[in-house]
Amino acid sequence: MSVAATTIAAIFALILAMVGSRTTRINRFFSIFARGVASVFRNIPLVAWVMILMLAFSQSLLTGYLALFFGSLGFLTRAFIETVDEASIHAVEALRATGASYPSIIFQAVLPSSLPQMISWLLFMIDTNIRDATLVGVLTGTGVGFSFDLYYKNFHFHEASVVVILIVITIIAVEMISNYVRRIIL
Amino acid sequence: MTQVSQLLRPPLLEVSHVVKSYDRAKPALNDVSFSVRTGEFVSVIGPSGAGKSTLLRCINRMTEVTGGEVHFEGVSVGKLNRKELKRLRSKIGMIFQHYALVDRLTVIENVLHGRLGSKSTLAGALGRYSRDEKQQAMDVIAMLGLSEHVYQRCDRLSGGQKQRVGIGRALVQDPKMILCDEPIASLDPNASRIIMDHLKAFSRTMHITLIVNLHQVDVALKYSDRILGVNNGRLVFNGGPDELCPERIAEIYGTDTAARQEFPRPGRAPEDELCQLTSSSNVATRAYSSLQSWAR
Repeated sequence: MSVAATTIAAIFALILAMVGSRTTRINRFFSIFARGVASVFRNIPLVAWVMILMLAFSQSLLTGYLALFFGSLGFLTRAFIETVDEASIHAVEALRATGASYPSIIFQAVLPSSLPQMISWLLFMIDTNIRDATLVGVLTGTGVGFSFDLYYKNFHFHEASVVVILIVITIIAVEMISNYVRRIIL
Repeated sequence: MTQVSQLLRPPLLEVSHVVKSYDRAKPALNDVSFSVRTGEFVSVIGPSGAGKSTLLRCINRMTEVTGGEVHFEGVSVGKLNRKELKRLRSKIGMIFQHYALVDRLTVIENVLHGRLGSKSTLAGALGRYSRDEKQQAMDVIAMLGLSEHVYQRCDRLSGGQKQRVGIGRALVQDPKMILCDEPIASLDPNASRIIMDHLKAFSRTMHITLIVNLHQVDVALKYSDRILGVNNGRLVFNGGPDELCPERIAEIYGTDTAARQEFPRPGRAPEDELCQLTSSSNVATRAYSSLQSWAR
């Protein structure tokens, strides 16, 4: 669920980042709008997102999914904007000087130069979200967080600790995978 | 080439009374006017922050002018709409101090970027180039002596090689004119010489007009047909290299402290060369020695 939330968020964040970045923005209004969206989503804490969304979707998977989605969207937009500005400002300028069209510039200069860095951010976000998913689970009554909560509240501490150990193992495994992927692409 | 035929033809580029101000305090360009004929090699010299880069960027509207007009091939650049502006830019190559390549792509991919201006949006975005375009890019790369690096990523090239890729990108545009913004400022003398020789060759053999921003007065004197001196946003010199005597150089570089650092110190080799290159008449020598005493 966290992987799904993060990847979908990444796609939207990519669009927002293109609009929001100083180098690739279409106009000032869209840029401010995109940055505003990113900032609002990022600055509302995950727990608050869950609480708010629970009013609409009650205790379900969708609540958790959307909470992770909004949080990731805000963070990734911000990270992608920074990446784009840093990696490709000169190349974008050069391509604009050759008379290249906007889509050409995006696909030929911006994406090739900033994609590895973006994927690196994306993997980081997946790591973080898998960790946060536990907390979201406790609150929304789903997934591994719910199992932990249930055992814990019934004083089954042995079972609860098994759940915690499982979470730790999962996170370490995911981190190892993402480190491996990062090494290959960068 | 006869003088008459050159006079009859309208100039390729005409810059008239261009003003550019970034803020209200002090304009970056103040009433600059000059014209450039086809095939000319023009150098722009002046201290840092004088407005050389701004001047160059105003020509292809990478920077919008605040006042005045730029005419390229008789068309007013300021009045073009977006599509026409793209077409104009595809006729003008641009070379940058920091190369402005996409480092993660290969040499050939970067050179082919020069063709994007004359392709359809979809083909450009997908990076689909025709056989002719690829052949042309290969020819240009061979001409620049980069044949063995065609499929190498640009972040593995040296500074001089990167700049040659930048030149290649400008050349595959089939440009009428190339604007060079301090092309050799971050290169060593040997790489600089290679780059400048290439540029000179293009202006000679392909009749491409070149406007080059330079920091080195001696390089400007050696290569250009004409030199423009810019100081404080104003055009203070416009003439051939033979007219540029030391006292004019002093005028271009001004009398403020920043200019003293720009101008070579007395007694050093570049200035001696410069002295020989200009004029050895008595007047010039006297002006030169007065300049030396000023620089101290």
